[in-house]
Amino acid sequence: MGQLHLYQNNYLIVFVFLCLGILLPVVALFLGKLLRPYKPTDMKYTTYESGIDPFSDSRVQFNVRYYLFGLMFVIFDVETVFLYPWAVAYDELGLFALIEMLFFVIILLLGLIYAWKKKVLKWN
Amino acid sequence: MIKDLLHSAPSLLNFGVYFGLAVLLLLAVLGFVTYGILSERKIMGFMQLRIGPNQIGGKWGLLQTVADVLKLLIKEDTIPKKADRPLYILAPVIAFAPAFMVLATLPFTDAFQFADIGVGLLYYVAISGISTIGIVTAGWASNNKYSLIGGMRAAAQMISYEIPLVMSLVGIVLLTGSLNLNDIVAAQEKVWFIFLQPIAFIVFMIASVAELNRIPFDLPEAESELVAGYHVEYSGFRWAFFMLSEYVYMFAMATLTTVLFLGGWNSIPFLDFIPGAIWFGLKFSAVFYILVWIRVTFPRIRADQLMEFGWKVLLPVALANIFLTAIIKEIVSLF
Repeated sequence: MGQLHLYQNNYLIVFVFLCLGILLPVVALFLGKLLRPYKPTDMKYTTYESGIDPFSDSRVQFNVRYYLFGLMFVIFDVETVFLYPWAVAYDELGLFALIEMLFFVIILLLGLIYAWKKKVLKWN
Repeated sequence: MIKDLLHSAPSLLNFGVYFGLAVLLLLAVLGFVTYGILSERKIMGFMQLRIGPNQIGGKWGLLQTVADVLKLLIKEDTIPKKADRPLYILAPVIAFAPAFMVLATLPFTDAFQFADIGVGLLYYVAISGISTIGIVTAGWASNNKYSLIGGMRAAAQMISYEIPLVMSLVGIVLLTGSLNLNDIVAAQEKVWFIFLQPIAFIVFMIASVAELNRIPFDLPEAESELVAGYHVEYSGFRWAFFMLSEYVYMFAMATLTTVLFLGGWNSIPFLDFIPGAIWFGLKFSAVFYILVWIRVTFPRIRADQLMEFGWKVLLPVALANIFLTAIIKEIVSLF
């Protein structure tokens, strides 16, 4: 029973940190509201664009490269999710797991090389 | 007493006690940020042959940051008319909350630590990734061209450097066989991991500077081209929370580097009569100083160099390090 309580308490601490992390901005911004001045004029609420009047919407079509990097990130981030348990359990698994993981990583590296050759990693 | 509390059934009393202690840590971290910023400005001043802050609070400018915070608190808060209001208000909270949450599992000394969870390292990596969302949200919600470019750049940079950062740590996990940060420190009692994992340390340092958005990787907020990137439209205390989260991350990252590579609170041989807390403080300060030193030394790099360096150099090196570690481990176990 003690172990279970220890486990629950540790995650309770994590939850306390989450609450406090949200509470601090909320409290500070509320206190700020009582202290700061409020004198709205139209000009203050325009979007900043180096002094000239802003034109058109800023949410335009964006460079597709960001999307490609996002895809690459997902692939390799999932790979690290597999690498962590492998590394933790490595002592019990031994050489066989090393070779297995080597194959897995080589397959993903082929993808990286393909992207490299296709100039996905080139930023221009 | 705390030990009894940790073994008792979770209740509101436990919650209250942890909350009180966490508030103390929060105050300590805020104190660190206040004087961390001051010392950074002072060190930068000396390195650039200037004086640095020297007006408020005596000749060392000891109250400079306090005055800055007070100024931010009484600044008028403007939300642009075109901005996406709910997201605009939410973004600083999303950016700050994970920065504070990652501190929950970091062990400072053998006695001073909050949550001792089995997956401490994974927890840090996973939670710190959430901050990216706060920054992208800020860039998007501002509805400003500079902000959007800054936010997109931040997302691309932070996800690109998160992978080498995470992969460089797999070597340490291989050597320790655990994700618990206390176990990792215990494994370094004889030799620090900086000597066993030098490649991982270099990759980790570079990637951590990139994750912190600091010079030479400060493209998301490049003042001279994007006028401050994702937080152009933010003013007053909302802006302060982005800055605060950046410095809390710097605190967390310096702590993590100490714990993972510099042996945490372990002393160097023959000097173990000095308490662990002092050792931790010394190592932590050294890492902090190196981060400031990097900022003063390097120019900002270009966007194309940034992305290509991350994917073409750091990622293969980090992967090679994992298998190098595993192979050396196999060879050592043969004898």
